[in-house]
Amino acid sequence: MTDLLAARAQMAMSLAFHILFAIVGMAMPLLMVIAERLHQRTGESIYRELADRWSKGTAIMFAVGAVSGTVLSFELGLLWPQFMAFAGPIIGMPFSLEGFAFFLEAIFLGIFLYGRDRVSPRVHLLSGVMVLLAGTASAAFVLCANAWMNTPTGFTGSPAAGVTGVDPFAAMWNPAAFSEVLHMTCAAFASVGFAVAGIHAAMLLRGVRRELHRPALKIALAVGAAFALLQPITGDVAAKHVAEHQPIKLAAMEGHWDTERGAPFRIFGWPDEQAEETRWSIEVPYLLSFLAHGDPRAEVVGLKEFPRDERPPVAVVHVAFQIMVGCGLVMIAVAGIGAVFAARRRELPAWYLRLLVVSAPLGVVAIEAGWTVTEVGRQPWIVQGILRTADAVTPTPHLVIPFLAFTGLYVLLGVTVIVLLRRVVFAADRRQAVPYDMSDRTSAEVPR
Amino acid sequence: MTPELMIAGVMLVALVLYTLTGGADFGGGVWELLAAGPRKDAQRRLIDDSIKPIWEANHVWLILLIVLLFVCFPTAFAAVCTALHLPLALMLVGIVLRGSAFVFSHYDPLHGRGALRWGGVFAVASLLTPITLGVVLGALGTGFDVDRATGLVDTDFLSEWLAPYPLAVGLFTLALFAFLAAVYLVREAEDPELRADFRARALGSAVAVGATALVAYLVAPPVIRHDLSVSPWATPLHLATGFAAVTAIYGLWTRRDALARASAMAQVTLIVVGWAVAQYPYLAYPGYTIAGTAAPASVLTPILVALAVGGLVLFPSLAYLFVVFKRRRAA
Repeated sequence: MTDLLAARAQMAMSLAFHILFAIVGMAMPLLMVIAERLHQRTGESIYRELADRWSKGTAIMFAVGAVSGTVLSFELGLLWPQFMAFAGPIIGMPFSLEGFAFFLEAIFLGIFLYGRDRVSPRVHLLSGVMVLLAGTASAAFVLCANAWMNTPTGFTGSPAAGVTGVDPFAAMWNPAAFSEVLHMTCAAFASVGFAVAGIHAAMLLRGVRRELHRPALKIALAVGAAFALLQPITGDVAAKHVAEHQPIKLAAMEGHWDTERGAPFRIFGWPDEQAEETRWSIEVPYLLSFLAHGDPRAEVVGLKEFPRDERPPVAVVHVAFQIMVGCGLVMIAVAGIGAVFAARRRELPAWYLRLLVVSAPLGVVAIEAGWTVTEVGRQPWIVQGILRTADAVTPTPHLVIPFLAFTGLYVLLGVTVIVLLRRVVFAADRRQAVPYDMSDRTSAEVPR
Repeated sequence: MTPELMIAGVMLVALVLYTLTGGADFGGGVWELLAAGPRKDAQRRLIDDSIKPIWEANHVWLILLIVLLFVCFPTAFAAVCTALHLPLALMLVGIVLRGSAFVFSHYDPLHGRGALRWGGVFAVASLLTPITLGVVLGALGTGFDVDRATGLVDTDFLSEWLAPYPLAVGLFTLALFAFLAAVYLVREAEDPELRADFRARALGSAVAVGATALVAYLVAPPVIRHDLSVSPWATPLHLATGFAAVTAIYGLWTRRDALARASAMAQVTLIVVGWAVAQYPYLAYPGYTIAGTAAPASVLTPILVALAVGGLVLFPSLAYLFVVFKRRRAA
């Protein structure tokens, strides 16, 4: 493994890990605030229990998200010092604002999670709303910084000669910022909503605590479905943007080799980078031209327009894109069925609950695949057209060691979180089954 | 005052606040590890309860510090991250383990039994961060030369930090954080016996702070000793630090806990400020100065405005957090 590959692997692994926790920190506050509001309005204790239980899981996930995010902010320098020496000042504004937003999120999360007995109900709910707003803002700022790597604007100078002038706000509101923020924010809410709905659907199928899991499922599914149904619109905005600003990334996503008018949309298929063609795909005529440019006869640029050393790994990008779109489409279908049940005020049947359990991980898979598309699709550049990834990597040797060490650490953390979440989820249900005064002492008997 | 100097000042404030808050959290980890005697569990519970609601927020000072470093002094950030890759990576491992250990131990309904029995690893690993943070701060005082051929830092990735002085500063930092945590916990404990436990620990760690400080001074290379005394501010700062340290011990001894806490905070603040004064005007000696590595003014000025506006929102929120959780509850 070369040092460059090890650095890329460590960065990819760290991002993939962090995203799982970051989206929970973003989206769970919405679910908790809804439950808390329902509790305060109806006075029903079940909503309060729900808010409390969700907040336990959120606290665990948020803590891991915070530390893995800290690791990332250091890794930018530990792995890519030449990138940061160049880009740090340019994308400093969103990173600084993200610092403040994250600070507010952490402060109000502390109050929301641990302060129920210490502040008034109104302040308690309000601090939940602050967590939601600050968390979403913090994600939006980070996304602006990432978008700059795709469409770098707002500066004069170059990596070699140094940066001479910066317009921090032009850099922050770079062309890709809007579509990335929109698409990823909706994705976070949709995928967390689906994941939580899946867990509660599983509990309903086990037949435990229906009075708790039914409202929980309703809230989570409503949030997940609403954002899933928005995703085709935000995805369309993102795709049209990529077509205009990063045509090579779009071509890689589609495994599209030859520039042509009326380009087809390819479903499945395997791009062969040697032969420069995509095999075994189902082609839907004119659809790519229409999706990318809003005109079925529009010209779509192909990969062959670009020299080989400027092309991303086409197969990875194409397959990841297929996975993202596939997961998204299934989620839309599941959301649509749920909307029909809701409109008819029908009880959710067992087969639909099973469907929800199966679709629980789809959103998360789609997010990981989507980040693969946007990050691998930008290669070999770390800053599109400006700085190559290979030129940004640290001269530090033996990078495979930190890669393996952090991978091991994250595997350990991931396993611990899973074990812990299972315990928290199941112990809470079990407690109702044992006499009240024994509930803590019998904890050793709770099955894992 | 130039904008880069103002930013450096904000970074110093962030470092002081991280030491006073996050540093004490790590110090609490030391006492969690060393919990002993008949009130072992009560000690652990007090530490857990004191830190839990504020850990995440305390931690953001470090993030703010690192963000300001890479935004405003990008080449210094690149040089430091390159030469000090290993201690920084170890520091991160400690942060990851400590930060997750809190919630893991707090929320685990089985209290670390079964599959999570290895949770003690977390506490041991939490010694890593104070030591490596000290190593990093100590290392910034020597050996950061610029390679004329490449324009990058000239480093073998080890010699900057794998030396007696940075390692001694690491141990000093660990002792200091443990001392600070013990002093806070004296004030937080409501049970008199528990208070006595932490008073003894605070006095013991005060001795360790003095001893490690002496060791660090003895092994310091001449250039560091020179830096520590060259500024006209050095002597008054050293005297004030010594005075604060003596007052803290006096406060502990005579059970004036509020006085002890205020003096210990002053002592730690003065130590960090003293380090910064010795370091000035270098971020990393001798190749990277504050003025020489600063980003263009078109970056620094808007960041200063953002810091001011952000501070207006941040400080009232932060004050509120501490009022909610650290105000003594009426019995």
